[in-house]
Amino acid sequence: MSRGLLSLRAWRDPILVAISLVALWQVLHEIAGDSAVTAPAPTLSHLWEMIGQTRFLPHLRETGLAFLQALAIAFGGGVLLGVVLGGHKLTGEVAEPILVALYSIPKITLYPVILLLFGLGMPAKVAFGALHGIIPVVLFTMNAVRNVNRTYLRAGRAMRLSPAQTGWHILVPATLPEIFSGLRIGFSLTLLGTMLGELFASQRGLGFLLMTAIDLHDVKTILAIAVLISAFAVATNAALLAIDRHLHRGAAADSSGK
Amino acid sequence: MASVQRLAAVDAASAPNIHARLDGVTRVYPPRAGHAEVHALGPLSLDLRAGEFFSVVGPSGCGKSTLLDVLAGLAVPSAGTVEFEGKRVLGEVPDGVGVVFQEDASFPWLTVDDNVAFGLRRSGVDAAEIKRRVDFAIGFMGLRDFRRAYPSQLSGGMRQRVCIARTLVLQPRLILLDEPFGALDQQTRLLMGDELLRLWRETSATVLLITHALDEANLLSDRIGVMSARPGVFIDIVETGWPRDRDSRLAERPDFGAVTSRLWSFLRGESLRALGQGTAAAAR
Repeated sequence: MSRGLLSLRAWRDPILVAISLVALWQVLHEIAGDSAVTAPAPTLSHLWEMIGQTRFLPHLRETGLAFLQALAIAFGGGVLLGVVLGGHKLTGEVAEPILVALYSIPKITLYPVILLLFGLGMPAKVAFGALHGIIPVVLFTMNAVRNVNRTYLRAGRAMRLSPAQTGWHILVPATLPEIFSGLRIGFSLTLLGTMLGELFASQRGLGFLLMTAIDLHDVKTILAIAVLISAFAVATNAALLAIDRHLHRGAAADSSGK
Repeated sequence: MASVQRLAAVDAASAPNIHARLDGVTRVYPPRAGHAEVHALGPLSLDLRAGEFFSVVGPSGCGKSTLLDVLAGLAVPSAGTVEFEGKRVLGEVPDGVGVVFQEDASFPWLTVDDNVAFGLRRSGVDAAEIKRRVDFAIGFMGLRDFRRAYPSQLSGGMRQRVCIARTLVLQPRLILLDEPFGALDQQTRLLMGDELLRLWRETSATVLLITHALDEANLLSDRIGVMSARPGVFIDIVETGWPRDRDSRLAERPDFGAVTSRLWSFLRGESLRALGQGTAAAAR
């Protein structure tokens, strides 16, 4: 019963977002006309057609692979770096302002450098995606490790836990909620970075299709791809947010349910 | 060397009711950037008798918590030795010692049930025994209606009960409590005190309680150690002589106030000294 309610609540927000976006879309179409914004219904059926075509799949796979690799680097590298920086006070204090400064740089200005370093194609996209996603993961993980309640560790020692038990049964669950918040933000930014990377100087992928469609003034395809990516981002983010809330349940002082 | 060890063994055998012993213990924190060396504790000696309820009172900053850390094996003494049940305590909490902290140490990611079972599950006790002990501790601490709740849904007093239950399931023979009721309101403190007495009687464990509340120390204890300002040493050890089956109604007895007065007469000067240390440090 309560589980059903919970999943309903988790799905309510993305459904509301989807409905309002479609409504807004329809209004825009009425104002701007077919040459700028095609109507929702024909665009969606166009998307359905596109997905059915065999020549579409390689592009989808290219983007998916680039994104997954970038995500793996951002998550794995970010958590690892964050744990190291959070565990060592001085290193963390030196690194934090540098990371915050890097975070605020519009990274698109570095894309030419990335292209020169990695060449055209997959590696550049992966690097650019990871570059976007990794910093919030590092910052959140670093703070999570740094702010672990020392009393928990003392309690672990008082209960005669081995270092491995302390790590797995105290450190991991104590830091997980905050690290996961970092992963959630890292996810969105990695997607952004990967897509940006594909828009320029690429030969395959959804970003490439998008740029080609812009060149051909194929409004229907532009919007179809935008819908596909947005749907993926919104749905995944909603799922991550639901997990995030679940992990933070212990920290929420005002949680009322039992 | 060998003869010294033999002597110690004979000593322990001749006094079998000594449960834990601090002998000439000091704790000095080495100087760190911007801080001078701090001599926090001792030299201090104490024999804890098996099954007694011993409280430690003293001015703030006198090293009470350091004393507990050293006795628990959570901190290593700079000099002197700590023994529990005849064995040296060396930088590790010995089996049979349970610690309850001043801060809320309940794990927010676990339910009350899982919190209470936490230490047991890590210790290799079989599932049926875990269930039996957890059921008992949950019932004993009055947590039966909250088994599936998370700590964030409980009051401070209830969370401290969870921490006590979590220690209780490990069946400690020596229970160390570091101002466990420090953050609780006065009424809750009194009730928790009664529960602590009940726990002490029924487990027949030795209890060492750190507190800053003189009435609490008086009510709960067989003996009370009064500590000086830093570096903390015992300036008096008061035997209360209260019956074993006491509770908070003890405070109504006419001779109750006399013990508290005696504690305060020792502590007043020390507290002023500690205050002086504080202002001197601030002036520097």
